[in-house]
Amino acid sequence: MSAESYQAIMDQKADIMRASVGIDYGKYTTGPLSFDYEAMLDDTGYDLDTIRQIQARTAVGDTPLVELKNLTELVRAVSSPGKGARLFVKDEAANPSGSFKDRRASLSAFEAKKKGYPGIAAATSGNYGAAVASQAAKAGLGCIIVQEAFDSRGIAQPEIAEKTRACEAYGAEVVRLSVGPELFYYFLIVLKETGYFNASLYTPYSILGIETLGYELAMQVKEREGRFPDVVMATHAGGGNVTGTARGLIKAGAADTQMVAASVDLAGLHMASDRDFNRKSFTTGHTGFSVPFSTWPDRADVPRNAARSLRYMDRFVSVTQGEVFYMTEALAVVEGMERGPAGNTSLAAAFAIAREMDREKIVVVQETEYTGAGKHPLGQLNLAKQMGIDVRRGDPRGNQPGKAIVIPEHPSQIQPVEMDLDRLRRSYLRNAFNSLPDGETATEADIAFLAVETKLDETTVREAIESHERKKR
Amino acid sequence: MTERAVKHTWVEIGRTVLQKEERAPHLPDDTKEVPLEMRVKGFLLQDADKGDKAEIVTLSGRRIKGILTEINPVYTHMFGRPIPELSSIAGEIRKILQERRRAS
Repeated sequence: MSAESYQAIMDQKADIMRASVGIDYGKYTTGPLSFDYEAMLDDTGYDLDTIRQIQARTAVGDTPLVELKNLTELVRAVSSPGKGARLFVKDEAANPSGSFKDRRASLSAFEAKKKGYPGIAAATSGNYGAAVASQAAKAGLGCIIVQEAFDSRGIAQPEIAEKTRACEAYGAEVVRLSVGPELFYYFLIVLKETGYFNASLYTPYSILGIETLGYELAMQVKEREGRFPDVVMATHAGGGNVTGTARGLIKAGAADTQMVAASVDLAGLHMASDRDFNRKSFTTGHTGFSVPFSTWPDRADVPRNAARSLRYMDRFVSVTQGEVFYMTEALAVVEGMERGPAGNTSLAAAFAIAREMDREKIVVVQETEYTGAGKHPLGQLNLAKQMGIDVRRGDPRGNQPGKAIVIPEHPSQIQPVEMDLDRLRRSYLRNAFNSLPDGETATEADIAFLAVETKLDETTVREAIESHERKKR
Repeated sequence: MTERAVKHTWVEIGRTVLQKEERAPHLPDDTKEVPLEMRVKGFLLQDADKGDKAEIVTLSGRRIKGILTEINPVYTHMFGRPIPELSSIAGEIRKILQERRRAS
């Protein structure tokens, strides 16, 4: 076995992680399954005010909250009388690198600088890479971004190609890899070789950095309307966006605001498939991440994922690629805001959810992202056509991930599909029970932990344990 | 004719990180059939021909060896042609809003 073989590097994962994140995750363990989540976040020493100050130094955050009056009118044009809530959007594209991901990167860069790391690295193909590169540039740190970027024919996903360009524009080294989960293996090699800080999307720094987004939007609505929003919509992938935003809302006092997650439906496409790679128009914010990460957060590149979406989601819906492209077009042509499609995932869902709600209610879509060549419906749909995907107008219910992208013919056809949260909770519990080491049983601490993790009561968790034991026998 | 790049030129190199038999377990069948490939850009350390072995220094200062794949590589992503399935949406939405405003 060579020193850099897959197994040799993966065997050093724990040591490389400890050195590159600077967190001793083991000390938060409270049971075979449970750990002290809040202590893990608190021990970073960053409270909300401090984070706001750190972010302000690099012009991150304090983005405009825009009322989408014309889109609201379009909602009402397709709603029953008295229905059609007011739509607002937090224009996160106004952050330095063009997305809310700057909030996530800012604390990692600050921490890396403070602790004397020579640079920061991240394994990401999305906006987060540009955010890390931008923050590294401001902090004078080295930066390496490792991307899953092209398939075995050498065809790059347009959105990722644009991220490559953006990261290079910020002076970062970009390592582009072909399709496969061994991205993480190469990332470990980079961390080991360079001694850089691991700006993982799933550390406490990354999640705490998003709390300011939830906090800001709650306060902006309060200041303008005298009350908190009724619904906040967040695009859901690894769970960080939902977790951080919801925590920020709670810190602002908006505990009654409903947190709704939305993902693009990519059911049936395999995330590690070379063939499927270029048959998806969305590289993140889709069910290929949000379902596995909701039901088992600790599959991330750090031992304990600080993004734990099941704790915070009140509702979870999926939308189709065609619906998101339609809303991206609508946002541009009636609101004069041309923004990237991936960031509009939650907008598409919000449009339909606002139809169900009373007129005086307020729905806030908590992000936009920048747009440009590659990160645009045109680049994405041209690739889809090139890949033989059927792009047509019609009822979005005819959408088939990887086969057909159906652009709605009318806004009334936008209709998200409910994701069964209870099923996801059960799936989480199954994954937890299956992760118990042989001979170990769930302790009282574990039961209390699992109840918080899933928003179920302890009795339900106990029943699930008993049922799992019965099935095992 | 082979293309030659001189020292200090901005180039891309490539190499195989894992042969297909060295890859992670539990991959989908199609991914299992191909090696894990890498592409990285940087400044060339010695003159080299396209297709030959080359060494670069990257923007983070790392030295990496591989095969010279591109000289001053092109960013190929673009908007491309307008998409007919999107082109009519603006008019349709404006019409819905106009009719609503006229009715009220």
